[in-house]
Amino acid sequence: MQSVPANFPFLASALLIGIAFYIILFKRNLIKLIMGIAMLASGVNLFIVALGYRAGGNAPIYTNVPPGPMVLSVPQALTLTSIVINVAVLALMLTMVIHIYRHTGDVDSEKSRKLKG
Amino acid sequence: MPILSYGYAVWAPIVWIVALVVIGIMVFIWRSRGQKGYKKETAQADVFLSGAKVPPAEERHVKADNIYWGFFESLKGLYSWMMKPHTGIVNDYLLWFVVVAAIAILIFLLAGL
Amino acid sequence: MDFLTTNAPILIVAIPLVAAFIIPLLGQKGDGVRNGFTLTIFGLTSFLVAVLAVNVHDVGIRIYAFGAAAADLAVPQGFIVPVRIIFEVDAMSMFMGIIVTTVTLAALIYSLHFLKGQTGQARFYSLMMLLYVGMMGLAFTGDMFNLFVFLEIASISGAALAAYRTNLADAVEGGFKYIVISAISALLVLFAIGILYSEYNVLSIAAIAHFIQYTHLDMIALGLLGAAFAMKLAGVPLHMWAPDTYTVAPAGSTPMILAASYMSMYALYRVTFTIYGGFIDTGAIGWAVIIVGLLSMFVGVMMAVHQTDIKRMMAYHAISQGGYMLLGLGVGLAVIANPAALEAYGRDAMNGGIFHIINHVFYKALLFMAAEAIFFRIGTRDTNKMGGLARNMKWTTGFYIIGALAIAGIPPFNGFASKLLIYESVLKFNPILAIVAMFVSLVTLASFAKVFYSAFTGPPMPAHKEVKEVPKSMIVGMSILAVLIIFFGLFPGLIVDTIVAPATNALISHASYINAVMGAVP
Repeated sequence: MQSVPANFPFLASALLIGIAFYIILFKRNLIKLIMGIAMLASGVNLFIVALGYRAGGNAPIYTNVPPGPMVLSVPQALTLTSIVINVAVLALMLTMVIHIYRHTGDVDSEKSRKLKG
Repeated sequence: MPILSYGYAVWAPIVWIVALVVIGIMVFIWRSRGQKGYKKETAQADVFLSGAKVPPAEERHVKADNIYWGFFESLKGLYSWMMKPHTGIVNDYLLWFVVVAAIAILIFLLAGL
Repeated sequence: MDFLTTNAPILIVAIPLVAAFIIPLLGQKGDGVRNGFTLTIFGLTSFLVAVLAVNVHDVGIRIYAFGAAAADLAVPQGFIVPVRIIFEVDAMSMFMGIIVTTVTLAALIYSLHFLKGQTGQARFYSLMMLLYVGMMGLAFTGDMFNLFVFLEIASISGAALAAYRTNLADAVEGGFKYIVISAISALLVLFAIGILYSEYNVLSIAAIAHFIQYTHLDMIALGLLGAAFAMKLAGVPLHMWAPDTYTVAPAGSTPMILAASYMSMYALYRVTFTIYGGFIDTGAIGWAVIIVGLLSMFVGVMMAVHQTDIKRMMAYHAISQGGYMLLGLGVGLAVIANPAALEAYGRDAMNGGIFHIINHVFYKALLFMAAEAIFFRIGTRDTNKMGGLARNMKWTTGFYIIGALAIAGIPPFNGFASKLLIYESVLKFNPILAIVAMFVSLVTLASFAKVFYSAFTGPPMPAHKEVKEVPKSMIVGMSILAVLIIFFGLFPGLIVDTIVAPATNALISHASYINAVMGAVP
């Protein structure tokens, strides 16, 4: 484990968020937009879990715990809540894209819009 | 209670309402004296367009688009500039968000609070 | 009664939440059972809100700690930071709670007849209860992560409600844009919460406000939070989703989605005034809020004059009036470190901005309901096709006139009282702001006069010659709001002294917010 720098999870999270924003901003297909939002959620969740890590720590369980520090358990709880909320949001978005496709026959964000100005 | 005081002045709506009621009564009395020689159901109540033929209702009603024509015509430059960002594409909405978030972070990092 | 008063914060959130899941089950028995149940539950919740409002007015800040031995035991024995989830209700939270409850009551009564004949009505009422839970939770919360959770609850319910009429193509598009915007804003709010948690290891708002030192990471968190909340409250230049979403939502849910935007505005004020309140000395954040407010006012109203769709015009006006609130509170933020200016005009500016929130929600809800009443009878929202409606729809015309005069700031309605406070105090800060505000008010009146002339007066169109007035329940729903508008216009001093001035004090004195939680250390 010595070869992995300590900031590696944060770099990975920044990379995920960066790629997610590239997808969200520049891809016109609505399904790809939803994939970008899912990747953004993954990046933010990784950031939050990585905040709780303590070097050499054990899992935050009190039964038969070996000596040493424990990693923080609150970020793990926050991440679980966030994952569940994002599942609901993604399901809702996918349902709406199905309805948009049935009405307009297109999943392009520029060709399937009816409201502008 | 019915008085709002701010700074050095007050706003009392009751004075306004009393004034409106008094003026309303005066107007009503004057108008109800009426115009002698006006009969309601005769040809005096028809639409008159200087003798021209009166078109049917949906052709002579000024539509909402056309009411403020002079205002829109003179501000054409402003409107063409303002309509351009309002495209309706979701990706453009989020592009504005990323730009504004970056500017906000820069301002707070440089200027303090 | 003591039990109700102590547990009111959690009961107000829990009762509609449980009811939201029972409504589809009861809906199998029939429409009357379902509607009666919804109104009963909501009546009970409104009573609890009234009890809590009176209590907060008398006692001050109220706390409810989840799972503690006593409801106000925020910091447990032997700890120095609060470790439980806490609901903290101060005067500003109660103010927003009153707004949301009143609008939901009017919307529920309006929807009773409006939805006749539509499928999936049980889901509509269930979603409205969930949206109400999300907004009240957002008002009462004292914990940053809870803020994220309730923000997402409100966003998901709001988007599902906006896309309710799935037989219309543009409805689903409006709902889709709303959920995309909300999801991305909420994820960035979560990112900022993660940054704050990583530095101070507490999630409670009062505890973060106590421990915060203004490091560079805190500045980044403030920038992200500010931008994310500004997008949720539809401030220019992040406003473009709002006309799409407010136009297509069915009536009754449009005022509630509008209220959800103002709950995001409340969250923004809670973060800037309470958490970062001790560090505001250069006025940069105040001026940022003022600039967003000015742009919102100007762009909102100029786009509104141009529209032909009646609800889209009202949605742009909602953006523009949101600018007034940001202007009032931005001036308050800019002078908060300067006690002389704060006493001279800062408090009046904040009073005006906060008073404008409640005024705006009432008259905008009335206007949206009147526009949807027209849509209910005619089937189109295009003003080019309307004409001479005042002959047959007298009540709707009356409500439209009341709403239009109130939004334009004509005395003696309530819009004039709050706009007068904003003009008079902002003038002393910087005259240009007051000039822009007055110009915007003028163009607002012009745009409503345009629609009134073309849609309501004039010769009757042959296509719409036999429209009838809307049903009684819709008129009752609209008249609740109209009576409140007239009452607030006739007694502005009463409203400002009772509910607006305590809210201003609660925002300015962030120390009392912190002490209510941290000061409970034994």
